[in-house]
Amino acid sequence: MAFWNKEIETMPRAELEKLQLSLLKKEVRMMYDTSKFIHDRMKAAGVSPDDITDLKTFRKIPFMKKTDFRDNYPDGLFIKPYEELVRVHVSSGTTGKPTVVGYTEKDLDLWAESLARGMVSFGMSEKDLIQNSHGYGLFTGGLGVHQAAEKIGATVLPTSTGNTERQIQLMRDLPVTAFAGTPSYLFHIADSCEKMGLDMRNDIGIKLAIAGGEPWSESMRVKIQERTGIRVHNCYGASEFCGPSFLECEEQAGLHVWADICYMEVLDENGDQCAEGERGELVVTMLQKEAFPLIRYKIGDISSLVWEKCECGRTHPRLMRLSGRTDDMLVVRGVNVFPSQIESVIGEMPYLSTFYHITLESVNYMDDITVEVELNEPFLTDDMVKLGKMAREVEERLKSVLSISTKVKLMLPGTLKRFEGKAQHVTDNRRYD
Amino acid sequence: MTDENIITQLSIFINNEPGRLAAIAGILKDFNINVKGFNLAESAEFGILRAIVDEPDRAYDNIRSKGVLVKKTDVIGIAIKDSPGSFFETADVLGKAGINIDYGYAYNSNDFDFLFIRVDDTEKAVKVLKDAKIKLIKKSEI
Repeated sequence: MAFWNKEIETMPRAELEKLQLSLLKKEVRMMYDTSKFIHDRMKAAGVSPDDITDLKTFRKIPFMKKTDFRDNYPDGLFIKPYEELVRVHVSSGTTGKPTVVGYTEKDLDLWAESLARGMVSFGMSEKDLIQNSHGYGLFTGGLGVHQAAEKIGATVLPTSTGNTERQIQLMRDLPVTAFAGTPSYLFHIADSCEKMGLDMRNDIGIKLAIAGGEPWSESMRVKIQERTGIRVHNCYGASEFCGPSFLECEEQAGLHVWADICYMEVLDENGDQCAEGERGELVVTMLQKEAFPLIRYKIGDISSLVWEKCECGRTHPRLMRLSGRTDDMLVVRGVNVFPSQIESVIGEMPYLSTFYHITLESVNYMDDITVEVELNEPFLTDDMVKLGKMAREVEERLKSVLSISTKVKLMLPGTLKRFEGKAQHVTDNRRYD
Repeated sequence: MTDENIITQLSIFINNEPGRLAAIAGILKDFNINVKGFNLAESAEFGILRAIVDEPDRAYDNIRSKGVLVKKTDVIGIAIKDSPGSFFETADVLGKAGINIDYGYAYNSNDFDFLFIRVDDTEKAVKVLKDAKIKLIKKSEI
């Protein structure tokens, strides 16, 4: 078993927890002193860095939420001037306003370190040629995987997303041994190979894969592994942490969440710490972040954490599969979609009523999103060309806001279901097994 | 008189579900609305029944009173001769005048064959068609 940083990865739990607490205190102190946002929040809650003596007192610090990024758009949470930043990434926000995250050089190093440890933990090395089909650009997936793979000395083939035929061509022509992308894209590649009459086990040399960016299940893993002969490893992260951050080792027994980089709380409905292995809401604190604070951040995911030492020898806590969301965020083809974004586009169109419904389907493991919208009666016309134009206008606007294509259906006034109380805007018919 | 050549068509909007068209036809029957000509168009999500009826204003109120979405749309009725080139004449006149035909559908009576068309400038279309001596149907002839 190879390690990227054996000393830290196998540090006994007691020592690790001590290290974690000292990093936590240091980060809180630094943010209190330099981030007006954190300073004001802590002041308002009547808590000072000196009060933080253990993990229990740490819980006095108020939560951060996605809306804090929106309210401080674009870069109000940054505590470093742009001279000290080396990169900025942007991801979708809750209401059309995106989330902007910045990185110092140390932030990028630590991000790559986190993923590098994970890559080595499932057997990747400098001998691998990894085809990275995560999007390069504002999305963190592409560049995140890229820099970590380079860090461990692997060779990167930066194909980015799309053009499946060429992706497969390159897999065959070059000695590609590893792959990174969304699980649905891996399924799509497997389907395409089948159609082309290719046997993924023999015609393609990929043995290892990183799959993340969207929720998927253990049964999906069993299926894809059986179909392709590739060992597929789950990946978890978010641009607010830095990007894709945590990976599974070769044991495939949960994501190793590096305790010297991240402190992850799992809280019950009352905000109390859940017992080990018990499901609750994840609250994330990045322990060594420099560009902006991420302290007690409610990412909105539900899962559980165990500290039991992994068979691989690593001592850090392991995050189990995600089992839900606390908000209405949808992950569609690896992209975060909030119904509120769709709502704001609908609000821009005078010919649409405020009623809408989102339906998600999986077609050959690829997500399909349909948005039903309702025409306002004065704009109702029997001119099909005009109707078609309206639908296309909404589709184009949605694409520019969501970064993914949707199918828009124009419905007659008064036909979408009305709800008393909280509206059910989403029907998710996707199956992960 | 231009007005008498502008025909009121009813555009009835129907959800794409089994039995909806029958329900609409039932309403037309119950109110004793005589349909002279019609055309069914469908988008992916709903259908549109375009109908020429004998008393459009009354029919509009009747249909609406049943909670059915209906709109009045101006169309023009053109007499088509039973001979080659007859439709060309109409299309050519409108095309040269820069008038766009949105849609059209045919209707046969005992005396004439008619083409009902919806254009983007109805008044101008009536004028140029009349100038070209093309026979238009009058409201009173419906």
